[in-house]
Amino acid sequence: MAAMGTFAEAGADLEFIDISKRFPGFTAIENLNLTIPAGSFFALLGPSGCGKTTTLRLVAGLEEPSAGRILIGGTDVTQTKSFQRPVNTVFQSYALFPHMTVLENVAFGLRRRKIDDPLGKAHEALRLVELDHVAARRPAQLSGGQQQRVALARAIVNRPALLLLDEPLGALDLKLRRQMQLELKSIQTEIGLTFLHVTHDQEEAMTMADIVAVMNKGEIEQMGAPEQLYELPRTAFVANFLGQSNLFTGPVTGSTADAITVDISGRGIVVPRTRAQRHAGEVTIGVRPEKLLLHIEAPTADAGINVLGPGRVTDVSFSGVSTSYIVQIPGLGAVTVFAQNMVFGPVVNEGAEVWVSWTVDHGFGLEDEPAPGSRFPSDSSTNAIAVQRRADLETELEGA
Amino acid sequence: MTALPLDTANQAGPDPAAGRRPRRRLSGLGLPIYVALALVFLLIPIGYTFVFSFNDSVKSNLAWRGFTLEKWLTVCNEPGLCEAFGNSILVGVVATVLATALGTAIAIALVRYRFRFRSSISLLLFLPMATPEVVLGAGLAAQFLALGTQKGIVTVILAHTMFCISFVVVTVKARVAGLDPALEEAGRDLYGSAAQVFWRITFPLLLPGILAAALLSFALSFDDFIITNFNAGSVDTFPKFIYIAAARGIPAEANVIASAVFILAIAIVVVSQVSRAARQKRLDRLS
Repeated sequence: MAAMGTFAEAGADLEFIDISKRFPGFTAIENLNLTIPAGSFFALLGPSGCGKTTTLRLVAGLEEPSAGRILIGGTDVTQTKSFQRPVNTVFQSYALFPHMTVLENVAFGLRRRKIDDPLGKAHEALRLVELDHVAARRPAQLSGGQQQRVALARAIVNRPALLLLDEPLGALDLKLRRQMQLELKSIQTEIGLTFLHVTHDQEEAMTMADIVAVMNKGEIEQMGAPEQLYELPRTAFVANFLGQSNLFTGPVTGSTADAITVDISGRGIVVPRTRAQRHAGEVTIGVRPEKLLLHIEAPTADAGINVLGPGRVTDVSFSGVSTSYIVQIPGLGAVTVFAQNMVFGPVVNEGAEVWVSWTVDHGFGLEDEPAPGSRFPSDSSTNAIAVQRRADLETELEGA
Repeated sequence: MTALPLDTANQAGPDPAAGRRPRRRLSGLGLPIYVALALVFLLIPIGYTFVFSFNDSVKSNLAWRGFTLEKWLTVCNEPGLCEAFGNSILVGVVATVLATALGTAIAIALVRYRFRFRSSISLLLFLPMATPEVVLGAGLAAQFLALGTQKGIVTVILAHTMFCISFVVVTVKARVAGLDPALEEAGRDLYGSAAQVFWRITFPLLLPGILAAALLSFALSFDDFIITNFNAGSVDTFPKFIYIAAARGIPAEANVIASAVFILAIAIVVVSQVSRAARQKRLDRLS
């Protein structure tokens, strides 16, 4: 691996086989099996403390797995040291060497591997991130965005088979982050490396990655293309971590060849069989807020439409592109609706009596066992994260 | 919100300029006088030592008998003085090198690694600093006696290395703790072997702390009298020479050496400050 004087030919695929990582006091990763295809931009998405950074450090060789094997390009690297792996990392804190110039930082990996013309190649990498004019400076004299790009150049100049990105955009402001997202994506397309990007920002993961894996409590909850994850989440965690969802729980009362009917506080809601993970018993179903339509009178019954209501609008908040409405439906609780602002001002005002409807095809059924509370609160995403963070912090404190 | 609360606040508050003026006048006189007195108090012994190194003394160096450069030019004519000074330099350099190397390694181990008795070792390292020197010196002398070691320059070096290690560990530890572990991880990630990462990343970044520790060690070793006196046997170091000479009058040559050491130390500080300022200016111009 990482033979002296040569570059990796192309991106390599990465394979995790039954990987577990236990720290004293808690388990960070449990039985992880994962394959990242060569040349893909893969995002590992999850709340802080879900084990995603540990996963990354296992690949880089900065941590040793408690069990399992790691394969890069088909070669077992589990026992090899960090400096022997064809992998480079862009660290969250950038970790630029403060006592070296930008140029020497970028040339560091090339020099260690005794590659010809390290300074020339370092200049080339700096030109790629448009920072060649600061080559003679120290990292401390650069702005956060510039430091981030130097860290990126320092990693990609080595042409690693696998590039690891540990929340590299976390410290940047929104505008710079957007710009860097596009740059990263274009660099990845240009040089064809395999990127493994760890982030807790769902928007970042969805805009940049070809494949997103949502991680929770040391396990991968769901993996797939961003659209697929968003349109057909399989668990409540994914449904709420990736965007927002309205979730309802009830018993399955009817079943046909291509749909199931779920009783949601007296109303039969139809979900396509192919979009539901479970087809009998108590199930949780959901729909994305932007798929919902608001009606000020009861819509006429239609086989292709699900209707809930009437309820009262309790909150209207305008956010530019869309307006978000909270509708309280007796027996169901709050339902969130996003409506595109096609006209000036809100369509309905607070206190209005409304019905919500959606096309049957937009609903999805989850595989989770329904929670004892019969219905997930609509803000469970932030709640879940807060609860998990607290739990993580506690385990961390105990571990220390 | 209206501007009203702001207006009333302005009217009610005292005029800031009027309120501050008398206090400024007070500090304008008091503080410089206080500072000057403090500095004079601190510098009198040094000034005395320096001035009396030019004294044309005969036996004792207590009364001013006229200016001469002779003592500076013939400093080694005083029997035993230059030998003692050389011993002090030798002990200082060897003990500093040993203590700095060992102490740095200990400091890195204590911060970076988890092992059994780690906190006990941290605590034990403080003991030489907390123990009275007389006790330490006498204890060491007893050990050397029990071991049957001949007292001499080697025992002095061992004793100095021992108490210097504690200061090195404390100084370097702070520096290691402030070093982001991600930097060393980045070094490993960028194909650096353990040795390369240490010499190219860890060591240069710890260097200011290591140099400070070395300077401190040398100063402590050069200065030490009590522990040395217990463990040196017949060997003289500079402080020991002065102590013995004090009984019959310190020769002016001792003042010469003390002044020379002082001037050298000041020169080193000035040179390093000037070069740092120059480097900073160069960096500022670059950015």
